Amino acid sequence: MAFHRYDAVVVGAGGAGLMAAIQMAGKAKVAVVSKLYPTRSHTGAAQGGISAALGNTEEDHWEWHMYDTVKGGDYLVDQDAAEVLAREAIDAVYELEHMGLPFNRTPDGRIDQRRFGGHTRNFGEAAVRRACYAADRTGHMIIQTLYQQGIRHNLNFFDEHHLVDMIFTDDGQCAGVVTYEIRTGELHVIHAKTVLVAAGGYGRIFRVTSNALAGTGDGVAIPYRRGIPLMDMEMYQFHPTGLYKLGVLLSEAARGEGGVVRNRDGEAFAVRYAPTLADLAPRDMMSRFIYEEIKAGRGIDGKDYVLLDVSHLPPEVIDEKLPDITDFARTYLGVEPKKEGVPIQPTAHYAMGGLPTNVDAQVISDPAGTIVPGFYSAGEAACVSVHGANRLGTNSLVDLVVFGRRAGKKMVEDIATLDWATLPKNPEEFAREQIEGLKTQQQGERAADIRKAMQDIMMDNVSVYRDEALLLEAQQRIGELQESYKHVGVMDKGSTYNMDLLEAMELGNMLDLAETIVHGALARQESRGAHYRGDFQARDDANWLAHSMIYRENDASLRLEKKPVVITRFEPKERKY
Amino acid sequence: MEVTLRIKRFNPETDKKAHFEEYAVEVDPRDRVLDALNQVKWYQDGTLTYRRSCGHGICGSDAMRINGRNRLACKVLMQDLGKRVTLEPLMGFRIEKDLLVDMDGFFDKYKSVKPYLIADNPPAHGERLQSPEERHLFDDTTKCILCAACTTSCPVTWMSDDFVGPAAIVNAHRFIFDSRDQAGAERLQILNKGTGVWRCRTVFNCTDACPRDIKVTEAIEQVKRALIFGDQ
Repeated sequence: MAFHRYDAVVVGAGGAGLMAAIQMAGKAKVAVVSKLYPTRSHTGAAQGGISAALGNTEEDHWEWHMYDTVKGGDYLVDQDAAEVLAREAIDAVYELEHMGLPFNRTPDGRIDQRRFGGHTRNFGEAAVRRACYAADRTGHMIIQTLYQQGIRHNLNFFDEHHLVDMIFTDDGQCAGVVTYEIRTGELHVIHAKTVLVAAGGYGRIFRVTSNALAGTGDGVAIPYRRGIPLMDMEMYQFHPTGLYKLGVLLSEAARGEGGVVRNRDGEAFAVRYAPTLADLAPRDMMSRFIYEEIKAGRGIDGKDYVLLDVSHLPPEVIDEKLPDITDFARTYLGVEPKKEGVPIQPTAHYAMGGLPTNVDAQVISDPAGTIVPGFYSAGEAACVSVHGANRLGTNSLVDLVVFGRRAGKKMVEDIATLDWATLPKNPEEFAREQIEGLKTQQQGERAADIRKAMQDIMMDNVSVYRDEALLLEAQQRIGELQESYKHVGVMDKGSTYNMDLLEAMELGNMLDLAETIVHGALARQESRGAHYRGDFQARDDANWLAHSMIYRENDASLRLEKKPVVITRFEPKERKY
Repeated sequence: MEVTLRIKRFNPETDKKAHFEEYAVEVDPRDRVLDALNQVKWYQDGTLTYRRSCGHGICGSDAMRINGRNRLACKVLMQDLGKRVTLEPLMGFRIEKDLLVDMDGFFDKYKSVKPYLIADNPPAHGERLQSPEERHLFDDTTKCILCAACTTSCPVTWMSDDFVGPAAIVNAHRFIFDSRDQAGAERLQILNKGTGVWRCRTVFNCTDACPRDIKVTEAIEQVKRALIFGDQ
């Protein structure tokens, strides 16, 4: 066992984690922990853009961005947070440019901007050019740029360290983390004044997902098991255009540049559902339109997919602005997007829910907003909530840089005043027992079988369409799988790069999160944003204009509380596009 | 279709040297090599070890030798490989375990070229200006995902430990040709040393290996020309 002491530990080296760490560089002793190498983080897979009302190509205002964010989230967005997001997006994008991010440029040399789903001018009038971008690899350029700055600032990276536990004192202060060094199998206790969890999402809970294999929600599940509540877990976004069967993302930028989605009759059907924005309707809606088309038998060859068509766009637009996604279609499906439609289906993409925080990224422990001292979260792992019931395209990257930055600044402030929390005796004991248990299990259940069963039931019963019967079945199944998981064993008993063990631990995290998703989805008897209940098709503001907060009790049962939504400028209205 | 994976295995805790093991797997022709590897790991032999994350060629984790060529396991389809597929770790780096190699030296060399924008005079408000033409000059080298496929395909890096290698040069190029950067001369000095670009023998292995289709050899040549003629 190795022991370290840092002012700040950042768990997760994606956009939010690195942004926070860079703010702290030179002002505090910071450790950045990642189970991958930082540049492998899933921020790098983001394609289309990062929105900010720069107004470089047409008139735009942050108030419009805020409105779109609130409406896009079906009014479950906390509007104080959405205001911070839209206002600070502008400076955050300039900061990225100053760090060297190679944005595409306008003819006069400014950052170029393009259209994206749900982003409009003048409170919903028409689509607006708000997404700043670097071809269709904006996330790649963000992760590279931030990692470069991390090198420049000499950050202490703990590469290939897997989070296995978090340490809280009896009176609830966060005191550090326990990590498992994948290279050696050694446990590390990092005693810290402040801990930021920016470890991303958990799309791997579902069978078809755009998420990396590493997207297993470790940073969300571990504090949850230590008593921290999770917010809005039922709000999980399915992106409408994932490569058929593979789930690999084809960016909304394809539709921002003029692409359309067609059914078996060749009809670009979105306009029938959303007359104003058509194919640029928000993702929850597009995914549901596709679901409806397939249900009505208008999928291609009657199957469960439709086509994304960019073949009518000028070839140079495809080459210059959409090179990666056309490459994906060619590589994985053997389809030439310049000539034919690309088979697509909705793919599990983004968790709107997660660790509840305030606008300074401080994790809160109840509906009143009580702060957990020393504990922060940002990015997909967190729920501020700026995305409410449905995140707009590009806003995840905005969220990363805006709230990652705020987290870093707040942590620097707090490090000056927080005392070192006292560590319990043998803080690594729980993690050690868990690991030994997995390694010594004889003839155990196979993790891959449990994982597949979980992914199937979550995809089939808890995705774009939900109802009580489906959810009850899922609840029972996940419970059975959690039971099986107690007997899971690993084949690899070694210490060096034991990825078998790692995958087994990740599965335990995913199962607990799957349980909260189903629990929240059952409780929320309404349809809002990404959460669509066939048996409760209307939005119910009287009862559910509220966040769900799910707690895990000592006996492992789940308890749900409601937290009111913060409304400042925009009263909830019917959501039409 | 049924295929045989012939995988080079090495466990530092039990093996003195690496050896091959064979696994029969049933795959869909459109499966990625990564899918086939996962099948082995998940259902046959949990000890098989490799890195992977995004699964679609953007994170750079799973570069390895596939039938003798450096490729990403998530970007090669089984249908393009035949019935027997040989998988080996990247050459020239120490093998940690099976298909997983020690990347520390690779990242050290990357860091040695100062791979970050050096320009300390941003405007008080707004972005620095850069024309689309200026931006285009280094577009290709911004695509690098640091997978090390290029560097470990280079015969020069197999022979010597001190050559910075193609990936580091690509990342230096990305800043040398960025109109906003002010430390191009400094980076060129680093690459003008005996460990720098002059070690390149223009074999083009790196260009063939790049899963991002970066014209790596051309980028190296542009750096050489900048050193000779000063044309950045």
